[in-house]
Amino acid sequence: MSDRIVVDAKNTYCPGPLMELIAGMKQAAVGDELEVLATDKGSANDIPEWIKKVGHQVLDSFDENGVWHVIVRKEK
Amino acid sequence: MKILVIGGGMGGTILANNLVRRMRKEIKAGRSSITLLSASDQHMYQPGLLYVAVGKMQPSEMYRDQASLLDPLIRFEVDPVVTFELDDSYVTTKSGSRYNYDVVVIATGSRTDAESIPGLSEHAVQFYTETDAVEMYKRLEKFEGGKVVVAVGVPHKCPMAPLEITFMLIDYFKQRGIWDKVDLHYTYPIGRVHSLEPVAKWAAPEFDRLGVHYETFFNMKEVTKHCIISEEGSEQPFDLLVTIPAHKGMQVIEDNSLGVSGFIATDRQRLNMEGRDNVFVLGDTTNIPISKAGSTAHFEAEVLAENIAAMAESGIAPRRYDGKVFCFIETGEGKASYAMFDYQNPPDPKAPTAGIHWFKTAYNKMYWASARGLL
Repeated sequence: MSDRIVVDAKNTYCPGPLMELIAGMKQAAVGDELEVLATDKGSANDIPEWIKKVGHQVLDSFDENGVWHVIVRKEK
Repeated sequence: MKILVIGGGMGGTILANNLVRRMRKEIKAGRSSITLLSASDQHMYQPGLLYVAVGKMQPSEMYRDQASLLDPLIRFEVDPVVTFELDDSYVTTKSGSRYNYDVVVIATGSRTDAESIPGLSEHAVQFYTETDAVEMYKRLEKFEGGKVVVAVGVPHKCPMAPLEITFMLIDYFKQRGIWDKVDLHYTYPIGRVHSLEPVAKWAAPEFDRLGVHYETFFNMKEVTKHCIISEEGSEQPFDLLVTIPAHKGMQVIEDNSLGVSGFIATDRQRLNMEGRDNVFVLGDTTNIPISKAGSTAHFEAEVLAENIAAMAESGIAPRRYDGKVFCFIETGEGKASYAMFDYQNPPDPKAPTAGIHWFKTAYNKMYWASARGLL
């Protein structure tokens, strides 16, 4: 596994954190971990929902100083 | 100061003209120079492709000679870059020439990546090149009814394109008198019908009113002759598949290992390539997580022009890009809206009006003044 890939989508509205994650996932290898940073709290719900639908895994999700960190692993 | 601009799209053109306006005396005195390298002697107004695809604009209306848009003090060469030698501040080009610089701005743009989805290129129509847009219109003209699916890749140029093409298709089918024979199915990669939440909240009820079916969390996986399959496991049969494919940066960026997928890691406020003080990046070429839109390139170019001119004069760069984006939204039925936002302020799109549609129609012509730096 390579180093965790950070997807910094703080303070952006379009295309937004989940779209940035989807784009990042395309470049990642199976087993890679990606950490999304978002100030849009909706991402804390949207990202896990999409991850579950596609079959990847959410490893952690937490709020730190107003920034949501969602850590996921590409499973396939 | 020797300034090299690479790319003759909206960003590179506006930047070069704006720099001349700010540095005319220095350039005339021979203390500074601006060179623009492009892969083409033509400049395309890319938003026109959407209109060409539905028969509302002729391809020739999208083009001007690039040289005609540039201030005469800009040295313009049609000579695509082949290698970037950033450590030594020069590039080499297809003709074998070498261009040295003090400051370089990379504005090479993006291109579609339909090939990353098996079957998509063969079985879908799209509108991101003149050839594709004309082909799409021809396919529409032969279409007599059935199921039309709109499918969207990530990332893509022009965030409003999925909605706009959908509303413009409705108008097209209505004008042909076959709307009652069309089942239009819109799909979108995330959990709402547009990335901007206020736009999504407006668009979903519009789809309901117009009878457009929609499906969220739909990311293309593969396409067969009459069916598209999503990463999420959904299958949608179609008679006509319209796609906004995923985009990637230009090959030369990848060939020179300047960025993943051809997008260069760029400081979101200073617009310099990360780790480089004399390399700047504009428009679609950046990896900044904001809309890949013409307005983004335009606003970034204005910031960069001011900063580069200031660097030449005093060595400081005072402006920071604030993430400003402005997008028209063609909503069909002769109306349009717009969305404007930046890093700090979310969009607050207004109700569509005929006035905004006509302003957008006028802007399709006024663009040439904008590219020349007059707007």
